Amino acid sequence: MSSTAAVAAHGAHAEHHELGFMRTYVFSTDHKMIARQFLFMALIMMAIGGLMAMLMRWELAFPETAVPGFHWMPEPYMYDGAIPPNTYNSMFTMHATIMIFFVVMPILVGCFGNFLIPLMIGARDMAYPILNMLSFWIGAVAGVIMTASFFVPGGPAAAGWTSYAPLSAVPIYTGVDWGQDLWCISIIILGVSSLMGAINYITTIINMRTKGMTFFRLPLVIWSLFITAILLLLALPVLTTALALLLFDRLGGTHFFLPSGGGEPLLWQHLFWFFGHPEVYIMILPGMGIASDIIAVFSRKPIFGYRAMAYAMIAIAGLSWIVWGHHMFQSGMDPALGTSFMLTTMVIGVPSAIKTFNWLGTLYKGNIHYTAPMMNALAFVSMFVIGGLSGIWMACTPVDMYIHDTYFIVAHIHYVLFGGSLFAVFGAVEYWFPKMFGRMMNETMGKIHFWITFVAFNCTFFPMHILGMGGHMRRIYNPLQYDFLKPLQGMNIFISISAFVLGAAQFIFLANIIWSLLKGEKATENPWQANTLEWTTPIHPGHGNWPGPVPVVYRGPYEYSSPEVAEDYLPQSRLIEHATAAAD
Amino acid sequence: MLEYLWFPHDISTFGPRVDFLFLLIFWIVMIVWIAVMVTMVIFMIRYRTKPGRKAEYIEGNSRLELVWTTVTAAILVMLAFMSRSTWADIKEHAPPGDVFYAVNAKQFNWEMTYPGPDGKLGTKDDLTLENEMHVPVHKVVRLDLTSKDVIHSFFVPNMRLKQDAVPGRVIPVWFEATETGQYEIPCAELCGFGHSGMKGNLTVQSEEDFNKWLQDQYAQSK
Repeated sequence: MSSTAAVAAHGAHAEHHELGFMRTYVFSTDHKMIARQFLFMALIMMAIGGLMAMLMRWELAFPETAVPGFHWMPEPYMYDGAIPPNTYNSMFTMHATIMIFFVVMPILVGCFGNFLIPLMIGARDMAYPILNMLSFWIGAVAGVIMTASFFVPGGPAAAGWTSYAPLSAVPIYTGVDWGQDLWCISIIILGVSSLMGAINYITTIINMRTKGMTFFRLPLVIWSLFITAILLLLALPVLTTALALLLFDRLGGTHFFLPSGGGEPLLWQHLFWFFGHPEVYIMILPGMGIASDIIAVFSRKPIFGYRAMAYAMIAIAGLSWIVWGHHMFQSGMDPALGTSFMLTTMVIGVPSAIKTFNWLGTLYKGNIHYTAPMMNALAFVSMFVIGGLSGIWMACTPVDMYIHDTYFIVAHIHYVLFGGSLFAVFGAVEYWFPKMFGRMMNETMGKIHFWITFVAFNCTFFPMHILGMGGHMRRIYNPLQYDFLKPLQGMNIFISISAFVLGAAQFIFLANIIWSLLKGEKATENPWQANTLEWTTPIHPGHGNWPGPVPVVYRGPYEYSSPEVAEDYLPQSRLIEHATAAAD
Repeated sequence: MLEYLWFPHDISTFGPRVDFLFLLIFWIVMIVWIAVMVTMVIFMIRYRTKPGRKAEYIEGNSRLELVWTTVTAAILVMLAFMSRSTWADIKEHAPPGDVFYAVNAKQFNWEMTYPGPDGKLGTKDDLTLENEMHVPVHKVVRLDLTSKDVIHSFFVPNMRLKQDAVPGRVIPVWFEATETGQYEIPCAELCGFGHSGMKGNLTVQSEEDFNKWLQDQYAQSK
């Protein structure tokens, strides 16, 4: 659909009657409402995933003792409040699955993808609004199925979020029957939802940009979502296929992954990580885009090396397809192949470094405003640096031999996914809250939340590097069973206490959202004095985003402190006489 | 240095090479991290908002970007090449072994089979023990690693040694211990509800003690 046709279609649509409650808030086809739905679904799931993490940390700090307040849990899930090994396995499996598939992806891609793409490229809605609505509701069904697996006989899946076959393929190996099937089914359904979203995003960004919005005038967050959508489109079918094969093995008597019938256990790992590594970038690329936008706005400077930033993301996405083997160095894969994966993995550090240096370059000679979103974006950068640098140890095959499957890996993934993606999420929610809900979030609460989270996060995950160096295996539920881990137990207790503080701090964030929704200061049209198009719509943009014509774009998104104007910002849609020629 | 980083005491011949690479990366990472963080904090303090000041309009600097791209790439590729020979020696070129074991992992035990003086498996003098492995010091020990059910991972922290045991595959592993003592062999790959307690014991002893232990075991098994 051309953008003019879309405008005409929506113009006609707006003349219709007012939409009812169901069509406005439940089965909405408005991208902004769907974005809010994704946000609230993800926040609910975050509470469940976070609770799992808290229980795990209790178990690791005080192994085989009763969790306070959990005596009511029935056997065999808990024994008088004490967590048995199988429940522990279920908890880390569900923690990771929920956080990855139902929190980080829905917020970064589902919520902010939906919310920002039409508003920032100057489109009235997504290319396929009904597909968009279906994408949310199918995702919600997947979430219900995943949550339901807590209540089936045998409990939820317990084979890790990676679900390595044959452990996941034969029910007696884990003692979990239905739970694992529901896990597979839920993620297959979620894959359908994500594919719908990905198709929608790609089509919208390619076809529905407003006049003057060339690819190299797109804000970096749109670039990142565009690349993410392409990764989703290509990676998810691989996972879906693998999950279908796993279900056949579980329910249909096939032996794709079972050596007893000629199958190959490593096939699962190859399929899983061929999806799984791009998936890591699906979760971090939108964060990079969000951080870039927030840092430019609050430094009041253009992004340093805009094109290099876009090319670096393209390079990361391209390389992400040829590095999956670095998850399998110790799997029994041919060691010579391991060497080639080591080389590609090292090379992927280069675009990541380019991005980091360019963020620093953006701060240089800026006029930095320390708002809550900016603090979260800067935390994103510094935490991503730690997460990226610790990746070098894993890329190095001989060193990986020692630290593979230890807490070093747990530290690394949390620096990238919590320190990275989640700080970007906090920043993004605070930054775009006025656009989403018409009210500002409370800055003081935002800053208190930021500082407690930042300190507690580092106290939780930094010492995990040390546990890993001490040889602490991941996914064990009682470290005291090993003599060589006993000296590290004090650190486990410290980590758990920090983790409880970290968990508790999230209630401040939640409280801030609820308080600001009800009582927050009313937002002005462009509260951050930003350049991008989403701030040119009314405070409560209706269906169709702009009441009048869609703005025309005359320049790139980061013209902050431009010498052309007296103010320190220059919106993309503002016409300056001599700039007209450049737009055409 | 590594004892300050909580590493378990190393007792294998290739351990120092692994530790060297760990430390090399450690120093590179520390230098980069401190440089980046110091720069960031300086910028954050120096360029904090001041009323009336406007930020400088800088769009980029191609030469600077070229420099940091090339330097990063050079360091990382160098690391990959430096790691290559260690990796090859540990995983690809197993030396001929003095002592041989077949290790069969299962939920949730390590089954260690010593083939006996004839060096062949499946003969009368085989010695199979659960979770007990004795090896002589300063001898190359070769293991053929496999699994009966799910994927396990043979991990000896003190040896810096880790290798998954995959059902349907026999994967060769080797090590040479440099010190006698008792060590633990945890399972590093999630293998089910007993994963946490899947622990083998490795006893490294002098060749005399090892032979004596073997004779005792044969005597007991008869």
